[in-house]
Amino acid sequence: MADIAIAPRRAKTEIREASAWDQLKHNRNWLGFWFMVPALAFLIFFLAYPLGLGIWLSFTDTRIGRVGQYVGTENYEWLWDDAIFWLSVFNTLLYTFIASAIKFGIGLYLALLLNENMPFKAMLRALVLIPFIVPTVLSALAFWWIFDSQFSIISWSLKQMGLITENINFLGDTTWARICVIFANIWRGVPFVAITLLAGLQTVQPSLYEAATLDGASRWQMFRFITYPLLTPIIAVVMTFSVLFTFTDFQLIWAMTRGGPVNATHLMATLSYQRAIIAGQLGEGAAISSAMIPFLLAAIMVSWFGLQRRKWQQGENND
Amino acid sequence: MTDLPTSRIDLKAVLHSSAPTIAKDDHSEGMSYLQSVPRRLVTLYLPLSIIVIVLLFPFYWMGLTAIKPDEQLLDLDKYNPFWTWNPTFKHFYKLLFESHYPMWLWNTMYVAVCATILSIIASVLAAYAIVRLRYKGANMVGGLIFLAYLVPPSILFIPLATVVFQYGLFDSPMALILTYPTILIPFSTWLLMGYFKTIPFELEECALIDGASRWQILIKIVLPLAIPGLISAFIFCFTLCWNEFIYALTFLQSTSNKTVPVAIVNEFVDGDIYRWGSLMAGALAGSLPLVILYAFFVEHYVSAMTGAVKE
Repeated sequence: MADIAIAPRRAKTEIREASAWDQLKHNRNWLGFWFMVPALAFLIFFLAYPLGLGIWLSFTDTRIGRVGQYVGTENYEWLWDDAIFWLSVFNTLLYTFIASAIKFGIGLYLALLLNENMPFKAMLRALVLIPFIVPTVLSALAFWWIFDSQFSIISWSLKQMGLITENINFLGDTTWARICVIFANIWRGVPFVAITLLAGLQTVQPSLYEAATLDGASRWQMFRFITYPLLTPIIAVVMTFSVLFTFTDFQLIWAMTRGGPVNATHLMATLSYQRAIIAGQLGEGAAISSAMIPFLLAAIMVSWFGLQRRKWQQGENND
Repeated sequence: MTDLPTSRIDLKAVLHSSAPTIAKDDHSEGMSYLQSVPRRLVTLYLPLSIIVIVLLFPFYWMGLTAIKPDEQLLDLDKYNPFWTWNPTFKHFYKLLFESHYPMWLWNTMYVAVCATILSIIASVLAAYAIVRLRYKGANMVGGLIFLAYLVPPSILFIPLATVVFQYGLFDSPMALILTYPTILIPFSTWLLMGYFKTIPFELEECALIDGASRWQILIKIVLPLAIPGLISAFIFCFTLCWNEFIYALTFLQSTSNKTVPVAIVNEFVDGDIYRWGSLMAGALAGSLPLVILYAFFVEHYVSAMTGAVKE
């Protein structure tokens, strides 16, 4: 840096051509490439390659411990006639649709509530996020205990209140089991939706509400014509994530019901685990998980257009 | 939290205030004086307390079950199930001294820390390259990394199981340490890109004029300024690792290698009618490290969550 001042009389080195090594060291594109290597290596070897391999496996009859042969679309044809597979598709859609809708409703409501002025605000907001922090499987175990067939605290409370006479068989009855897993999923997802929407809410200028109040707007009108439109971009992104992770949920179901009773809570992810790892039919399991891809693509498209719209609302200069 | 000027969502405000702008500066109540107290009771405090109670009840129940003596757990009529007057640490004792629990805890911690460090290093380099080196196609690579974030583990675990087997990693913690970064890198790269964007170009230009290499700039200028972002990324990745289930369930087989979530689900569920106490003690002990970490870094958690969505 400052060497020039210390040794001024050294003869000027000749300007040489940039060698290939210099190119590798200083060229912006090469430098970018070197910086990207670790991340790309992980993503290519453990994400892109398995993704392709999974689709390939779904066209083979691979089993655990045996290399498979290409069998064309046999796995898919097999699944097409498989009632349990269609039941799992139905369950997944039902689970995703109901859980996401309710998560959105309660999450938005909770965000609006938390945005109000009140004592202990910071503490409340921190408490609300706890279900999101605790590992899903461990809270699922707590739900398993809460929904126990004999010692459920809910059954006990309802019996004390005289509303029911017999214990409710929460996880043993098909309808109840579905309600319970959906409830647990909502419970776990609401904090995420609420806190991210709260972050969005705080970018809304209070002066807008003041102006609306002067114009005589009701609370509903303020929500409908100020809050909601300004929040749409962030809602689009949050809900895409929420839908995506609900759709591919595995651990909650596995810890609570393992797909039972009579497959009533089998999602596509749990079914593919059961077929591929427990039964050893890797090819068939891969076909089930590959069948999820079109749904995921649809969700990604929604997210993409959500992001585009957001850019357009905030102006082009997004840096 | 961060002193950097341009973050669009004020993270401190997410936790502490209702609105970051004008109305707050004079410590006034905003427009809430327009509402009467009874009205606020019904429209605000009542629904809020119901939601908060529902959200926290499972943890209360988990904790209570973990310290109740067995006979009180199963006899709901003789004892009031919502409270206990003679707590016992028997379940925790059993957990810590008569099971592999400490080892599972250690496995989880080891895997989570290693995978997190690997991913943070990879993401710092990648994020810096995408945001500041702006090589040809940087935007496209950024988009692809975002897409990678949307690929869920539940469609990857079957092919990954065969890959892990081929590489000879099956049933070793290395399998998890190498596969978790696929979940963590897209997320933390995206988060760090947002942080790096807020660091003024001028600082780097000065350093370049002084003859610093890109590597020196990254280590000596960008990273110290991005420390809040690094902490956010670190603890969020750590939480994700701790929470991960399906890879750990698929790639690990021997009891001594398992992580806490998998071990509890598989090893503790033995049909014993008295298992609930130790099961809940295990769940509680497995959650506590994260909750404690969370208590210290609430703001960083929130910034990680909102940051990933914001970008």
